[in-house]
Amino acid sequence: MATDTRPKTDIRPITEYANANLESRVPSGPIEQRWDKHRFDMKLVNPANKRKYTIIVVGTGLAGGSAAATLAELGYNVLAFCYQDSPRRAHSIAAQGGINAAKNYQNDGDSIFRLFYDTVKGGDFRSRESNVYRLAQVSVNIIDQCVAQGVPFAREYGGMLANRSFGGAQVSRTFYARGQTGQQLLLGAYQALERQIAAGKVKMFPRTEMLDLIVINGRARGIVTRNMVTGKIESHVADAVVLGTGGYGNVFYLSTNAKGCNTTAIWRAYRRGAFFGNPCFTQIHPTCIPVTGDHQSKLTLMSESLRNDGRIWVPRTPGDKRPPSHIPESERDYYLEERYPSFGNLVPRDVASRSTKQVCDEGRGVGPGGLGVYLDFSDAIKRLGVNIIRERYGNLFDMYERITDENPYKEPMRIYPAIHYTMGGLWVDYNLMSTIPGLFVIGEANFSDHGANRLGASALMQGLADGYFILPYTIGDYLAQTKLDKVGTDHPVCQEVEAEVTEQIKRLLSIDGKRTVDSFHKELGKIMWDKCGMSRNAEGLTYALQRIPEIRAEFWENVRVLGENEEFNQSLEKAGRVADFMELAELMCIDALHRSESCGGHFREESQTPEGEALRDDENFSYVAAWQFNGLGNKPILNKEPLEFEYVHPSQRSYK
Amino acid sequence: MNLTLRVWRQKSSRDRGRFVTYKTKDVSPDMSFLEMLDSVNEELILKGEDPIAFDHDCREGICGMCGLMINGVAHGPEQTTTCQLHMRSFKYVDTIVIEPWRSKAFPVIKDLVVDRSAFDRIIQAGGYISVSTGGVPDANAILVPKQNADMAMDGAACIGCGACVAACPNGSAMLFTAAKLGHLNLLPQGQPERYDRTIHMVERMDEEGFGGCTNIGECSAVCPKEISLDFIARMNGDLIKASFITGNGSTSSSDG
Ligand SMILES: Cc1cc2nc3c(=O)[nH]c(=O)nc-3n(C[C@H](O)[C@H](O)[C@H](O)COP(=O)(O)OP(=O)(O)OC[C@H]3O[C@@H](n4cnc5c(N)ncnc54)[C@H](O)[C@@H]3O)c2cc1C
Ligand code: FES
Repeated sequence: MATDTRPKTDIRPITEYANANLESRVPSGPIEQRWDKHRFDMKLVNPANKRKYTIIVVGTGLAGGSAAATLAELGYNVLAFCYQDSPRRAHSIAAQGGINAAKNYQNDGDSIFRLFYDTVKGGDFRSRESNVYRLAQVSVNIIDQCVAQGVPFAREYGGMLANRSFGGAQVSRTFYARGQTGQQLLLGAYQALERQIAAGKVKMFPRTEMLDLIVINGRARGIVTRNMVTGKIESHVADAVVLGTGGYGNVFYLSTNAKGCNTTAIWRAYRRGAFFGNPCFTQIHPTCIPVTGDHQSKLTLMSESLRNDGRIWVPRTPGDKRPPSHIPESERDYYLEERYPSFGNLVPRDVASRSTKQVCDEGRGVGPGGLGVYLDFSDAIKRLGVNIIRERYGNLFDMYERITDENPYKEPMRIYPAIHYTMGGLWVDYNLMSTIPGLFVIGEANFSDHGANRLGASALMQGLADGYFILPYTIGDYLAQTKLDKVGTDHPVCQEVEAEVTEQIKRLLSIDGKRTVDSFHKELGKIMWDKCGMSRNAEGLTYALQRIPEIRAEFWENVRVLGENEEFNQSLEKAGRVADFMELAELMCIDALHRSESCGGHFREESQTPEGEALRDDENFSYVAAWQFNGLGNKPILNKEPLEFEYVHPSQRSYK
Repeated sequence: MNLTLRVWRQKSSRDRGRFVTYKTKDVSPDMSFLEMLDSVNEELILKGEDPIAFDHDCREGICGMCGLMINGVAHGPEQTTTCQLHMRSFKYVDTIVIEPWRSKAFPVIKDLVVDRSAFDRIIQAGGYISVSTGGVPDANAILVPKQNADMAMDGAACIGCGACVAACPNGSAMLFTAAKLGHLNLLPQGQPERYDRTIHMVERMDEEGFGGCTNIGECSAVCPKEISLDFIARMNGDLIKASFITGNGSTSSSDG
């Protein structure tokens, strides 16, 4: 320890864990007792001492917001950061469908074990059993907490909470608040956070972007930020740093993520020594509104629930340009119903998305550019009447009509898959700590409990589990066990990191090339979508790995970022984020190329069953790939955390 | 579509600001309003001119980050958020005037971007239920009549965009404040703090420099979540009751 970890340019220092084995710190014993036992074994910080500690929380979405509020309630001093003008606007707000919890309020046979089992299986056996079990356990507490805060979940007439089944689950365990579950959960966490801000326990820094991590003596001790209004670059120091900065789906340019979602915080941490887990595991959502043209800036999700009543089809003949109503039944291919008779239109997200891509690749897609398939409600309307359909999906139909100017009551919707979620993220142990001691990662930003594929309504659950119920304990254990020197923002490492951040900004502003930041981002996104998107193969990934460094090199020579640092400068913000995406993209392709098996959302064309389904290779790939930075331009180092399945035995998923 | 845009440009809060005219060509009716601004910005950057700053994030009508005055109407001609507005709504228009929210309580940061932190401070004054994490009863131990839950949800649907303030001739934040109060005060969990919450949030609203309410109703007419004026009536009712219960009614804002 105590080595000088001051960053030199480009080749970054490696933390004390670098050469150690990846230690997941999973407690032993029967799985149902592990978390309780661990909680008992953990060291506690004396209540009176908590106020002597300061914790930085970057990101105030569901994960960061709930963590910051809870830590402050416990007595810690919290510095919290977000890039929006208010913590109420984090991307979590966009979640529509709902949040899972093993409450078994419907008495339909749900249990903690069943939620655990479904999540491990749904993740295609690429997640850590102990973490998933704990997630299922605390899911129950989340609902209690949210109700106590006043989250207006949907109710039955008797005043009890309502549930629905979601994403093909066989039990009704999803809690929801109209189509705005994420909004209501986030507002609950936001209000708890504002209460602590008013109490003086949290100092909130909105419109403040984290641009780098400060590692002193091998431990995370602070961050360097840019004030997005004044441009001020500054250090903040603390006893521990928590990242809850969300997913990196925007590496694809077009995704269902908010425009500001970025990888900068976790990428900078990676460059400072935190390992990156399974970067290639991304999720594609099958039901999004198709792209209309080059101007497109983002993709809009249409809730998965639409597949309960809508039938998906394309014309049987390639190039059939007739309007849908002119295509007779016999010339329509209801491809999901045909291929998967028992699950039909309700097959999991990855399976539905890939089949859609296949029929479009065959030239049978519909709408502009042939990148779309029909989601048709005419049978459901005939069967149930237009009123019932309006009651169930009215909001979504209105939103669809607003965006496309087409009336889905009269003509079928057109949908196409889009990037939606990233299962990969910074590697963390059972305590949610990364390979840099003192750096914790929560929510979508960590490599998470979802393995190679996330089930619907489980991301909200994970974010709040991490933030309300897991991190606040485990961080106490770290603080109680660790002797930390006092550091101030005048520490030489802070000064150096600030200087590096300032240098990068100066460089971006001085290039004055011929292309806009967006044009690079679109180019990168297209390559990622084509080569590292819904299906991947060695040839395509190798091509991407050659192209990405070329695009990156051109970016650093030919991008045009106007204005100066000392002002509100959105081009500059974007440029910094895209610069990091350019590096992350390469790591994703390296990971996707090395994992020559298919699993969950990662479909390698070389590894499929005779029927064209994803074929796992448990013998060779039953591990988490945790990548270690090794200097830009050098190949990163692969560390493996082997996965063991004691309770749920790996099987081939089948939805036939 | 070819359009003339008159856009408010203001370098910083200290700058005076002015309108600048831009011509746009080849605007597709399928573009969203913000995508139209994106394309203007791409051109400006290539010409070496400072792009137009505007706030946005989700572009799905839920985060409340976007918000522009479009031809004098908050969020423009449809009752939705600016990001959900599409250019096909401007087929019969040739000039579009684009301004930031104008309100004393929302100072301009740059161009079309304003500072809405006053809203957060209203929430800090009591827009929460005081429970800490852990030690709460089972969720179904608290029964909530469906009707109350639904009404609470109507108020909770507020996205905090600020259109209500921008549309109000008095710059009042009544609808925003009343929506949050309605959400929390309608639920059994919200009862213990009901009257204190009401007084404190209303006081803070006044301190932040928002104007009073004179029942004009512009706020609700532009609200992308169609939050009803009934919430304001409900809040005024609570405020009157609060003055009896706590003997401390501050009613300066309820002059409507
Ligand atoms: C359209 C959509 C619908 C969804 N629906 C569902 C659903 O129904 N059910 C479900 O379970 N999941 C759903 N998900 C997934 C789920 O919403 C997200 O995974 C989850 O909300 C992420 O929460 P988070 O707290 O990790 O991150 P976020 O909510 O993304 O928060 C990230 C925070 O980090 C901050 N931040 C980021 N970068 C920086 C930086 N560099 N510096 C400072 N601050 C930074 C942001 O300001 C923000 O506060 C959906 C996702 C999408 C896109
Ligand atoms: S950008 Fe989120 S509501 Fe418009």
